[in-house]
Amino acid sequence: MRGATHARWAACAVAVVLAATACGDNGGGDEGGGGSGDGSGTLSASWTDPQNPLEPANTNEVQGGKVLDMIFRGLKRYNPKTGAAEDMLAEKIDTSDSQNFTITIKDGWKFSNGEAVTAQSFVDAWNYGASLKNNQKNAYFFGYIEGYDKTHPEDGGKQTADTLSGLKVVDDKTFTVKLNQKFSTFPDTLGYSAFVPLPKAFFDDRAGWLKKPVGNGPYSVESYTKGSQMALKKWDGYTGDDKAQNGGVTLKVYTDNNTAYTDLMAGNLDLVDDVPASQLRNVQSDLGDRYINTPAGIIQTLGFPFYDKAWDRDGMEKVRQGLSRAINREQITDTIFQKTRTPATDWTSPVLGAEGGFKEGLCGDACEYNAAEAKKLISEGGGIPGGKFTISYNADTGSHKEWVDAVCNSINNALGDDKACAGNPVGTFADFRNQVSQQKLSGPFRAGWQMDYPLIQNFLQPLYYTNASSNDGKWSNADFDKLVDQANQETDTGKAVELFQQAEEVVRDNMAAIPLWYQNGSAGYSERLSNVALNPFSVPVYDEIKVS
Amino acid sequence: MGRYVIRRLLQMIPVFIGATLLIFLMVNVMGDPIAGLCGDRQCDPATAAQLRREFGLDKSVAQQYATYMGNVFTGDFGTAFNGQEVTELMATAFPVTIRLTIVAILFEIVIGITLGVVTGLRRGRPVDSGVLLVTLVVISVPTFVTGLLLQLLLGVEWGWIKPSVSSDATFSELIVPGLVLASVSLAYVTRLTRTSIAENRRADYVRTAVAKGLPRRRVITRHLLRNSLIPVVTFIGTDIGALMGGAIVTERIFNIHGVGFQLYQGILRQNTQTVVGFVTVLVLVFLVANLLVDLLYAVLDPRIRYA
Repeated sequence: MRGATHARWAACAVAVVLAATACGDNGGGDEGGGGSGDGSGTLSASWTDPQNPLEPANTNEVQGGKVLDMIFRGLKRYNPKTGAAEDMLAEKIDTSDSQNFTITIKDGWKFSNGEAVTAQSFVDAWNYGASLKNNQKNAYFFGYIEGYDKTHPEDGGKQTADTLSGLKVVDDKTFTVKLNQKFSTFPDTLGYSAFVPLPKAFFDDRAGWLKKPVGNGPYSVESYTKGSQMALKKWDGYTGDDKAQNGGVTLKVYTDNNTAYTDLMAGNLDLVDDVPASQLRNVQSDLGDRYINTPAGIIQTLGFPFYDKAWDRDGMEKVRQGLSRAINREQITDTIFQKTRTPATDWTSPVLGAEGGFKEGLCGDACEYNAAEAKKLISEGGGIPGGKFTISYNADTGSHKEWVDAVCNSINNALGDDKACAGNPVGTFADFRNQVSQQKLSGPFRAGWQMDYPLIQNFLQPLYYTNASSNDGKWSNADFDKLVDQANQETDTGKAVELFQQAEEVVRDNMAAIPLWYQNGSAGYSERLSNVALNPFSVPVYDEIKVS
Repeated sequence: MGRYVIRRLLQMIPVFIGATLLIFLMVNVMGDPIAGLCGDRQCDPATAAQLRREFGLDKSVAQQYATYMGNVFTGDFGTAFNGQEVTELMATAFPVTIRLTIVAILFEIVIGITLGVVTGLRRGRPVDSGVLLVTLVVISVPTFVTGLLLQLLLGVEWGWIKPSVSSDATFSELIVPGLVLASVSLAYVTRLTRTSIAENRRADYVRTAVAKGLPRRRVITRHLLRNSLIPVVTFIGTDIGALMGGAIVTERIFNIHGVGFQLYQGILRQNTQTVVGFVTVLVLVFLVANLLVDLLYAVLDPRIRYA
């Protein structure tokens, strides 16, 4: 029976396969690591390949930001719970006029390669970030410092200086900053990762540093394989009081967050900080209380093309208010987002807290769903330009199609016209951003805003100030600009917040953008971990995680 | 033979240039990639202009293509937006995908041909019908379904394997992904071999060999199988290219950081340099694999000669 022999071969081959995979399984039990509550256990967490080189002033998305948050500490740090800016390396930051600041740093701080953190470390890092020739995407953060127009000419012309004239080193521990305008909350922006200090090693050998970044935070990079994983180890020489509560973190790159979730289910991964939308339905039964869903500093809005006369004429604010009232936010956040979004009632974010400027219900009636009122407002305002409009969005990421279609349905139902609103998908994010920034869109578009630092200023000025960097719709209002200017000059934080809220009311009365919902950060973790939380930037607070 | 190979190699040049040009144009049609680098906000114009200059995006497409091809011939495939050389990306991605492809091809050869021979020799028997039914099912179920199903069953429910492949991507970790990747082709190989064997079984030379009193094993392996393998070899040869480029789905499911992962990311981030570089290499692999297949014909069938 020759045939039987062949069949036996096949059976053997299958057996080999299964045996070998079983071997692979046993051989791979690694990152788990030992340690039982003594702070030496390590954990593994999901990651995505950062889009830009891992330089502080060049990292503008969460994935690179995660790493910077572990290996760097700046002058200030945002409290992971409250979001308040607290002194970290800063001993004190003095000013008498909100324009000239004297910054003193604490003693004893070191980089993990042994180098001391001095005033020079900050000044060098900031000069590097602000210099056009270094292609740093966060350069605009230094735009308030005097001399920025020389190191980073707006028109792309030749830069005439390599260093910011507003930065002066006084001694090892002190430096002064001169701003080109009054900006009372400037010290509170210094918790952003673009403002961290850099060691000399960075300037001596940038390529080498990028292969294995060196910082002054609670973790140090042990190994980094670009595009696949980064192993971070607790740095024992760390001088801050927020020492890591675990032995280290291994960040693993996942192409698909579904795979990361499956790995978490199989006990192959400890922490997933982006629960895929398709799993939201069963996440409660899979993870129970090991699933967290907390507000993050992200708000989604609908922007309008104010550069287009049809959307900017008098009376259009009523149409925009009408559209806002035609959107059933409650229903959409419940059914499409499974409560991982919260209906917005102002233009900031709950993570700011009442003191920071978040004011629940500031939007008032204008954000309440009411089909009859919506219809009335729109006809009072002269109707939708051309009788119908589209909402543009990028279709490649973020499952935007679902909610845009839902918003349109909601509007169409309210108006009793199923042709009034339709989605307009754009293939890639880059193309979408191109069309938005080059003012090619003739209707409303998706606008998302993730805060850089938890200040009300960050939710208003970059988005609605005349010609501001992210004012994509080119909205312009003299009252708003005046109030923002006043707020920036105000030295008393409470009064500044009040002025910003008045400015926000101007945004409301004109409905410069329709607030949709606040986005939450979500994460799931394994039974080995405890004390897991997300900070207001929706990044896990790695250093506080306990591994058992 | 030598002249034939040289002629074939020369033919590759226009194919190579045409393929890279097409890919280059296609990626360019997607528009300016710089705007996607700054998240939901506008890149500051000065930095954006500087980046465009650095990546040569301010030049015309023709100029960009000329510069790119010039660099490719000196071995410089450009730099990805995250500052990594594309050659560096290739050096990490290709070994992984090559390992995955080897595993897949081995499955096709070992299981596919074995099953093909078994069913071909026992046509119409229960074994034959059973295998036929299974291949039908495998062919009709999409790869991502098989992949996710195996991942869930073996990885989560039964815990035999890890659901994802580590960054080392060793051979033993790639066995299940390789099986998933090979599954559809495997079914085709089985069917091709089966038909070919069944047909040649009645050929004169087989009858002669049996009449000569050769042992059955020798008749099957030396005479029947060797002559029946030509269509199968053609299929497997062209499949090498398809497997390497088409592993995107499998690589995503099992989180393998190979060619598919780099291509997917490259397309999402509109990274011309990465996409064109990887596709160029894939085109080369495809061309070389085809040439090897043609040369293998001569080995399998002595009647075929290349002058």
